[in-house]
Amino acid sequence: MKAGKFFAKAYLWLLLILMYSPIAIIAIFSFTEAKVLGNWTGFSLKLYENLFSGSISNSLFKAVENTLSIGVLSAFFSTLLGSIAAVGIYNLKGRKKQAITFLNNIPMLNPDIITGISLFLLFVAVGVTQGYLTVLLAHVSFCTPYVVLSVMPKLRQMEANTYEAALDLGATPGQALRKVILPQIRPGVVSGFILAFTLSIDDFAVTLFTKGNQGLETLSTFIYADARKGGLTPELRPLMTVVFLVVLLLLLLINYRSSKNTNKK
Amino acid sequence: MAGENNIIKLENISKRYDGKTVLDNINLYIREGEFVTLLGPSGCGKTTTLRLIAGFIQPDEGRILLDGNDIAGVPPYKRPLNTVFQRYALFPHLDVYDNIAFGLKLRKTPTNEIDRRVRKALKMVAMSDYEDRDVDSLSGGQQQRVAIARALVNEPRVLLLDEPLAALDRKMREDMQLELKEMHQKLGITFIYVTHDQEEALTLSDTIVVMREGKIQQIGTPRDIYNEPVNSFVADFIGESNILDGTFIKDGLVSFIGKEFECVDTGFGENAPVDVVVRPEDVYIRRSQSGTQFSGTVKSCIFKGVHNEILVDTDEGFEMTIQDYNPFEVGEKVYMLIKPEDIQVMKKERTANILTGTVKDAGTIQLLGADFPVSCDFAAGTPVRVEVPFSSVDLMDNLDEGVISGEVHFILYKGNHYHLTVRTDDGDFLYVDTNDIWDKGDLVGIRFSDQDEIRISELQNEN
Repeated sequence: MKAGKFFAKAYLWLLLILMYSPIAIIAIFSFTEAKVLGNWTGFSLKLYENLFSGSISNSLFKAVENTLSIGVLSAFFSTLLGSIAAVGIYNLKGRKKQAITFLNNIPMLNPDIITGISLFLLFVAVGVTQGYLTVLLAHVSFCTPYVVLSVMPKLRQMEANTYEAALDLGATPGQALRKVILPQIRPGVVSGFILAFTLSIDDFAVTLFTKGNQGLETLSTFIYADARKGGLTPELRPLMTVVFLVVLLLLLLINYRSSKNTNKK
Repeated sequence: MAGENNIIKLENISKRYDGKTVLDNINLYIREGEFVTLLGPSGCGKTTTLRLIAGFIQPDEGRILLDGNDIAGVPPYKRPLNTVFQRYALFPHLDVYDNIAFGLKLRKTPTNEIDRRVRKALKMVAMSDYEDRDVDSLSGGQQQRVAIARALVNEPRVLLLDEPLAALDRKMREDMQLELKEMHQKLGITFIYVTHDQEEALTLSDTIVVMREGKIQQIGTPRDIYNEPVNSFVADFIGESNILDGTFIKDGLVSFIGKEFECVDTGFGENAPVDVVVRPEDVYIRRSQSGTQFSGTVKSCIFKGVHNEILVDTDEGFEMTIQDYNPFEVGEKVYMLIKPEDIQVMKKERTANILTGTVKDAGTIQLLGADFPVSCDFAAGTPVRVEVPFSSVDLMDNLDEGVISGEVHFILYKGNHYHLTVRTDDGDFLYVDTNDIWDKGDLVGIRFSDQDEIRISELQNEN
């Protein structure tokens, strides 16, 4: 019994170590100046300093800025589109509802690389100059289905006659949506926004194919280009550590929110 | 019903979903201040009628008038009506107070007025201490009280209630029924109430509208509906009853269960087939013969609290349900009496299945979308009217043995046999008398027996 418990615990720790050691290594080696990853030349905050003021910082921060602004904008638009679509799908009946839900699920299962290439071909075919706008459009298109997926359960939890009850009490359809439907699905909308934001920040394949050749870089394409040029720039190590911490913070926030919601029920 | 003070009129209302008729030419007048109940089994169209009045759906045909004005184009949020839904439909993101104030706030009512009216509404439903509570933390009964307050606070002309008590337990339901009735009397506004519970309808209503399959069967006071049902469906649906085949010999005299009885009904003709309804509490049961009309043997006796429910096999071979305060022994010889005013005679809706078909050859007639082997003398291609007695329709367990198949749709026990309504696969209805026991929903094969009893005549072209 005791041995069994020990092995169960050891197994868990082994898994956690496997999962987190690569990140830990990056984080640890962000506090040393060595050019080559794996050499420890003593504790130093030099790389962090370079990150914020060195020669690399300009182009790097431009990439971070692009990543964040595309993330926020695509999350905003896909949340808007996705939430409205979810309300629409929810009000469909029978076959139609099944069909649309199925169509909504396909893009999520589609490999990124195929989504990226298809979008690239589409933009070329339509003749749009590729750059910031095409990346944004691409991100909105692959984030929207996730927002629908996130809002849908909240709509289903709603009492069936809720919308009619609002109309009955004198609300116009618009007021019913704003004052009754939206407050009830808000947790789903917020989760959808956060999900869309992280998906956008995380994306590499789709961005690579839609960013064009006007010099637009997001964090992921910047790092990829940098690594191809001749090894990873040491300053990327503190950058990744910071990104990891930000994502961790976001994740904690989401978990905190959802646990608060379940406690309320 | 048509008076000057009708607040709502439904004129020739029909509604179809996917080609299925849910409401079939409904005409209904509702007087100002009345408590009207739409009563019927599920699928009878009662909730659809309510939703039409509320404005959530539009009729395919007909007009809905409010104070004499057609409200077809008026959206639900502009109708001076409020609804209490079966599953309450409260807004969980608002507390009790804000739920009730929702309608008033939309109308830009001054804050102090909102406050006054919300408190008054809370007081009326005895929920004054709950205004800050989360609606999810309330019990079902409390939630329904909030839903009623939320509707009434807007001072609607008409309150629509869609089975509001169906989700509550029996005791709570009975309390709420009394409270609703009190509220109705105090407020004087019109209530339109939907339920499938006949007891609830009898308790609450000024007027009951009995519906079945999209048609109104009967409109009347609870007393009328109970004492004088217009047909066997209403009699069977409202309360317990003995529904029996009878013959109306002449005015004031009717024969059923093999005996002749004096009755108070007139005008059904002479020797005409009728349905007879006798309520179980209207059959007097005695241990001595003097003054009684017929006799029988006790088959079972079940104690029901206030009364005993006794099944008696009469000597003529009919089964009757009787209620009496005294218990009887199984096997005991008993004597019964029915008073003339307790016998309700109803015109039979039909006495046989009347079908139309075409002669195919000497031994076959095309009927109900299939070829039935029925012998006749008419030439092939002649359109014919075929009259098939209820007892000539045979139902079979094995679907393949029937010419067509169908489903048992409705069952009525007539004392010594069952009268079934069978819905064929094509949606036609056949009526069958049988001694076999079937359940509602059973799938059956259908064929005709007793060729001699089937009457065929040439169909006259009515153009």
